[in-house]
Amino acid sequence: MKFADFINSDSIRAELAADDKDSVIREMAGALAAAGAVAEEELDSIVKAILRREELGSTGIGRGVAVPHTKHPSVDKLVGTVAVSVEGLDFESLDGEKVQLFFLLISPPDRPGDHLRALENISRQLRDDTFCRFLKQSKSTEDIWQLLVEADNNQFVS
Amino acid sequence: MSQRAIRIVVVRNEQGLHMRPADMFVQRAAQFESEITVSKEGHRINAKSIMDVLTLAAVKGTELEIEAVGSDAESALEELAKLVEGQFATDKTVEN
Repeated sequence: MKFADFINSDSIRAELAADDKDSVIREMAGALAAAGAVAEEELDSIVKAILRREELGSTGIGRGVAVPHTKHPSVDKLVGTVAVSVEGLDFESLDGEKVQLFFLLISPPDRPGDHLRALENISRQLRDDTFCRFLKQSKSTEDIWQLLVEADNNQFVS
Repeated sequence: MSQRAIRIVVVRNEQGLHMRPADMFVQRAAQFESEITVSKEGHRINAKSIMDVLTLAAVKGTELEIEAVGSDAESALEELAKLVEGQFATDKTVEN
């Protein structure tokens, strides 16, 4: 699976305003709703579901990366977005480090394979230091989207 | 004395090796001194890195080869195989 298969480009945010866990999830899910990728009337329910998932254990997987996610019946295909926090914020990560890079995923309840393939893609790309560094330095939605497209075309890892 | 052990396990839970089971797997692996790797169809990764484990994209039914090298290799494989084959949990919250 490639980024272009599940990342909604219009909802990408290069400079998150949020400075804590709740607000970053609200901001990213809100961006997906504003872009029409999820239904506006489902936004509260989606945010609550993602926060409930975080209570089971942080999705901050280290290296300054978090992948908040949930299953939600209102989507019929996997949809996600990307955001960067310039300062980084406390996300209760597994390694205790601040998080700068966020990938938020919302999956239909009956498609575990797609969710796993999205996690695979995100993890594989983020193991590359150059990709991480470029992502953190991105100044605009367009910069980030361009970077994801380059990653899809195997510019960073084999 | 250094041991080397290999075991094939099958992922049995419905949702596959998603983030929470991956985290449990990595934490368990980290308790052992041995170097532990996991392979799926020739793709070989470090069992103590969650980012590595997530690159397996192991859906239900996937065969994984776990290899451990070190003083506690046998017990590491015993524990990790039990975790995977036992579907990672005694409760259902792990599937949420």
